[in-house]
Amino acid sequence: MNTAIRPSMTKIYALESWLAFIQVIRAPAFALPTLLFPLAFYVLFALVLPTRMGNMAPAHYLLASYGAFAAIGPALFGFGVGLAMEQQMGWLALKRASPMPIGAYFASKLAMAMLFALCTTLLLGGTAVVFGKVRMDISQWLHLTLVLVFGAIPFCAMGLLVGSIAKAQSAVAIVNLIYLPMSALSGLWMPVKMFPMFLQELAPLLPAYHFGVLALDAAGFEVGNPGVALMALIGFTLVFTALAFYAQRRRWSP
Amino acid sequence: MSKPVIARWREASKRFGTLVALDRFSLDIHAGEVLAVLGANGAGKTTALGLLTGLIRASSGHVELFGKDPTSTEARRGMGVMLQTAEPPDTLTVAEHVRLFSGYYAQPRALAETLSLAQLSDLAQRPYGVLSGGQKRRLHFALAICGRPQLLLVDEPTTGLDIDARRSFWQVLRGLVAEGTAVVLTTHYLEEADALADRVALIQHGRLLALDTPLGIKSRVGGQCVRFRSTLADQMLAQLPGVLRVRRDGSHFELSATDVERLLPLLLAADPGLRDLTISAQSLESAVVDLIKEAA
Repeated sequence: MNTAIRPSMTKIYALESWLAFIQVIRAPAFALPTLLFPLAFYVLFALVLPTRMGNMAPAHYLLASYGAFAAIGPALFGFGVGLAMEQQMGWLALKRASPMPIGAYFASKLAMAMLFALCTTLLLGGTAVVFGKVRMDISQWLHLTLVLVFGAIPFCAMGLLVGSIAKAQSAVAIVNLIYLPMSALSGLWMPVKMFPMFLQELAPLLPAYHFGVLALDAAGFEVGNPGVALMALIGFTLVFTALAFYAQRRRWSP
Repeated sequence: MSKPVIARWREASKRFGTLVALDRFSLDIHAGEVLAVLGANGAGKTTALGLLTGLIRASSGHVELFGKDPTSTEARRGMGVMLQTAEPPDTLTVAEHVRLFSGYYAQPRALAETLSLAQLSDLAQRPYGVLSGGQKRRLHFALAICGRPQLLLVDEPTTGLDIDARRSFWQVLRGLVAEGTAVVLTTHYLEEADALADRVALIQHGRLLALDTPLGIKSRVGGQCVRFRSTLADQMLAQLPGVLRVRRDGSHFELSATDVERLLPLLLAADPGLRDLTISAQSLESAVVDLIKEAA
């Protein structure tokens, strides 16, 4: 063995990320709901039942909010369920005993979630243009895509926390219990303004609300302060990550 | 042994709460040797191996892998690991799994070479989830050897394999040893340890009970095993020259004895009606059972 020669880190991170993506896209239990549910919701509520919400076109508005909803799913499931599962199967232990840099494992899941968010964005965006006649500037499209792809990060951190605490069997249930109510209460399915007052006041406590604000801002709708939303998301990310690392340390040092 | 030491436990202890899983365990692993770590369930084998992989941290003492901390990525590049329970994701193919792990190492084997060594060449494009139990074990083995490691650590590699599969696994392992790979293995098949190992480390209650060649372990207990049926008394048999141990099950006797050539005429003279006489080499299994009993 020649310890002076190192394998290429770029290659390790790239292949790890690509296979993390391939791994979930081939699993129908993961890929179908995360790709098709947001699309089905969008088609149903934005295109098929074209109710007018004030003076906002639903096809346009809901592209941003369902885009956020779609980006959260793979992040939460990939980290929350994936981590808990791979931990329980002993797979993570073998990876940790291998010469894989441990950062590659987490980075690959992050990349997977962001790549997935890009897929759902393109899927919803394409549907919005073709069937919803949504028109935006190229810079707006770019802005929205960036927000939706990078907006997955706080929910990766949230999933990391769930996956660091939950057992494999309960992780799916826990993630579903977080994902759907949080998305609804954050105004990703319908505008928060249509909620009763106390729910409107509750919404800013949820990270998905701030993600929605940023996505809608990118699509040209003003529902809150994007600067505040960005700070809130960064704060949530740091807190979730710190708690997850604390839980991981406890798990690995008996 | 004059070969360089590539890994070592030095007075390594591990406590889980009040349980002492490993108690001041010291052992060197030399380049190119095959070391079998044996012991009953719960004796401390898995803990000893866990310290070497860095998955478990020593409570006291220390463990070195290529002169470094076992958690160091650089040290781990010299080691391949096969754990008892590590299930890879179902949806990735055999080739994808091997390619990914090969990338972790500086000078990995070519994909085709790894697959051929692990007898997976025909299964390269199969997803992991559809493999049979034995094929899955072969993939775990492939992941351990793909990086051309100088030290191969295999925990119960042949559990669940049939005898043919086990023997062909031994053959591959011998080939790797011929290339200079050191192997640390645990196994429940003592016949396997006897066939493969240069040295046997016997662990009991977290301590190193014996460290010797398989032959050395066997001769500690006594050279040969003499079985027969007779009406003789135990005490009388125990006093015959060269008899180390007498075991009895009804009229069936099993003696551990040295100098069998001198013993046999005396035995036959003492009981002319003695029947079903067999003489065999002491098996590692009975030697290990004896040593553990003796120490308990």
